[in-house]
Amino acid sequence: MSGAGTAQPMQLTLNVWRQKSPAEPGRMVKYPAKDISPDMSFLEMLDVVNERLIQAGDDPIAFDHDCREGICGSCGLMINGAAHGPMKLTTACQLHMRSFKDGDEITIEPWRAKAFPVIKDLVVDRSAFDRIIQAGGFISVPTGTPQDANALPIPKPDADLAMDNAACIGCGACVAACPNASASLFTAAKISHLGVLPQGQPERSRRALAMVARMDLEEFGGCSLFGECMAVCPKGISIDAIQRMNRDYAFAMATKSDAKEWTGAA
Amino acid sequence: MTLKLDAKIPAGPLAEKWDKHRFEMKLVNPANKRKFKIIVVGSGLAGASAAATLSELGYNVSCFCFQDSPRRAHSIAAQGGINAAKNYRNDGDSVQRLFYDTIKGGDFRAREANVYRLAQVSVDIIDQCVAQGVPFAREYGGMLANRSFGGAQVSRTFYARGQTGQQLLIGAYQALEKEIARGGVTMFERHEMLELVLVDGKARGIIVRDMLSGEIESHAADAVILATGGYGNVFYLSTNAKGCNVTATFRAYKKGAAFANPSFTQIHPTCIPVAGDYQSKLTLMSESLRNDGRVWVPKRREDVGKQPSQIPEADRDYYLERKYPSFGNLSPRDIASRAAKEACDDGRGVGPGGRGVYLDFADAIKRLGKAAIEERYGNLFEMYQRITDENPYERPMRIYPAVHYTMGGTWVDYNLMSTIPGLHVAGEANFSDHGANRLGASALMQGLADGYFVIPYTIGDYLASTKLETVTTDHPEFQAARTVVEERTQRLLSINGTRTVDSFHRELGLLMWDKCGMARNAAGLREALERIPKLREEFWRDVKVPGSGAELNQSLEKAGRVADFLEFAELMCIDALHREESCGGHFRTEHQTEDGEAKRNDAEFAYVAAWEYAGEGKPPILNKEPLVFENVHLSTRSYK
Repeated sequence: MSGAGTAQPMQLTLNVWRQKSPAEPGRMVKYPAKDISPDMSFLEMLDVVNERLIQAGDDPIAFDHDCREGICGSCGLMINGAAHGPMKLTTACQLHMRSFKDGDEITIEPWRAKAFPVIKDLVVDRSAFDRIIQAGGFISVPTGTPQDANALPIPKPDADLAMDNAACIGCGACVAACPNASASLFTAAKISHLGVLPQGQPERSRRALAMVARMDLEEFGGCSLFGECMAVCPKGISIDAIQRMNRDYAFAMATKSDAKEWTGAA
Repeated sequence: MTLKLDAKIPAGPLAEKWDKHRFEMKLVNPANKRKFKIIVVGSGLAGASAAATLSELGYNVSCFCFQDSPRRAHSIAAQGGINAAKNYRNDGDSVQRLFYDTIKGGDFRAREANVYRLAQVSVDIIDQCVAQGVPFAREYGGMLANRSFGGAQVSRTFYARGQTGQQLLIGAYQALEKEIARGGVTMFERHEMLELVLVDGKARGIIVRDMLSGEIESHAADAVILATGGYGNVFYLSTNAKGCNVTATFRAYKKGAAFANPSFTQIHPTCIPVAGDYQSKLTLMSESLRNDGRVWVPKRREDVGKQPSQIPEADRDYYLERKYPSFGNLSPRDIASRAAKEACDDGRGVGPGGRGVYLDFADAIKRLGKAAIEERYGNLFEMYQRITDENPYERPMRIYPAVHYTMGGTWVDYNLMSTIPGLHVAGEANFSDHGANRLGASALMQGLADGYFVIPYTIGDYLASTKLETVTTDHPEFQAARTVVEERTQRLLSINGTRTVDSFHRELGLLMWDKCGMARNAAGLREALERIPKLREEFWRDVKVPGSGAELNQSLEKAGRVADFLEFAELMCIDALHREESCGGHFRTEHQTEDGEAKRNDAEFAYVAAWEYAGEGKPPILNKEPLVFENVHLSTRSYK
């Protein structure tokens, strides 16, 4: 055990991507990060650096963040070339400075993908993810009075598998880590979540067709099954989801007479 | 008293009120619905569910959120579960029991009719969410699983691992995205509401700032719904997301929407203790952990520095089990929090600074095996270990209370409409259902009840029965509100002082935690009321907000929110000072029994305190809505 608050402060150097606006070119800038406690979270370390920048009359580093407990999916930083940094199954906000050592130089960049343009510094536009969900990532049930919840028994393994995939936080690390900048793991997680449940069956084919088509339209790359996405996913979503997506897509293309309509409609 | 508070509670027996009211409310013709525009601010459980449902009904909806996607609203962080009176366990649950537990849990400071309706629609919420594909936990037979939660002796909480809020929000978000795709909802991400616009005394629109371009925009509508969450961040350190703020409801307050019971804040007993002064937020460990974890501190002060494993059973004080034998570790939140504070005040707290108690799973692991505990709480244990670097399977967790939820909020009537006609308020942003203390797993229930099943009916009644002139954003009221926003923004940017926004926020938070936190007294509150205006004055004189208004400027966003917190904090303290009793989360040290329990004063304080803005520099006006209890007997809350 570390004994919170007793550890020695660290002297670090940051290399941070600074970009004033989408139109202006960005560049790496070096900042000292002095007297950093190993018990700080990574974002708290950035807070400390920002407070000092403001005091010195400089522009603080912009980064997205909100819940700071690894569930909202707002934060997303490339830390030393790894999406969300060195800890497995951990978002940047849950990464703690004890993962680094005194004297380290840390490189911090935004997600890099054509479909995620940089807005400012480390903030990117991930609205393409919302549009993929709009294409079919839902079950078309209006608010009303559906049947009793227990009228539809669902085997526990199916419910668990749905939950494993529903755990996606939409952070975009999978895209950032992928050499092709593919959104396959994100899209497949939603297709798997809904596709393994009985409620999701009526729209299963249409969902796969429309979501995959939208993913392509947003200029995400194709999937070559490198598996980098799974390695960085903070929620441990398995690449098996992509096989499920491919199977649903192929099945729909082969068997649904209106397949073209759904892929084109997106 | 200048406002006339009419709660508009329907007549008739409690169990028939909502049905009767639904029949009596006016309907909007299906063909006319698209002619009505409704603004929804916030995209959490209440906002997303309301926006999606209203769009399904045919209304023309605009939804606003400050995050980059509606899926990131802070409802997503709720862990433990959602209550519903399904009685799937056959353990004696019923709508009446959920109603009673919630009223009692709220220490008899909520409105009976609202709470009963909440219990009634709770069962529909579970059905709706399952139909949407929310992957609730199931048993091997395929049926939904339940767990127990604080303040209840039945097992009525539905859950999705430790991520129930996430799954319910994703369900509502997907319904919302479905409606965005269909064209029924226009979504405005990264937009922050900075002013409410009234025309002829009715809520007719909002002024927002596009957080990317900095542009100040006007949006007009026939009705406005605020679903903007709670104000726990007034304390700086809380379990809220960093962006949570009071601005929308506080701006509405300054336009005439009474603010009810602002001092009713919930301190959650099981959070990871503060580790250092750089700390930016506190992390909750779900209350569900108290199903299997046992809370204790050493009996003797000299043992606090020892390793917990070296403290024998006989030297441990399982204080919740000792003081409240019938509810034990599942005592309600306010009671469990205060008991932890007492143990630490007594010098028996553990960990850095002595502000922590143990939550120990050793017995449960012995009884059920490590695998069963991992199945139930695996993600929470991982989160704990990541933050503290301690393994909770081997060493008890250290926990301490933290600000978590705010029961107070905009005053609303039975229809969830504020004192401003056309301004409806849903979810944590309103004050309606939890009285002075919210029970665990009831926030998700209320957010979705309001959004899916209450507002869609009541807003129709408002639109059908109100004469609404056509209003566009060219109206002088919009121009005036815009000017106010632009000038405030400019003023914040031009001060160029020496202190950062965060430094003011931290100072305010510490003061509020100290004087208006888990325990309050008149002297402390008076001191806070002297210090807050001074801090506010210093803020407006010496804050340093870098950058410009015409770009993404996170310091400017924070500055606007902290400026509002600096005013709102005063209202909280005024309310806490005026309420000369202890009830729920509001504990006045002057009002306690001999054994340290809260002492309510029903004769004088069985009312909702709805504060009315009286103008710059003037004390707010207190309006009282008496709480009438016709169906429950006001008893002293006992969990012994």
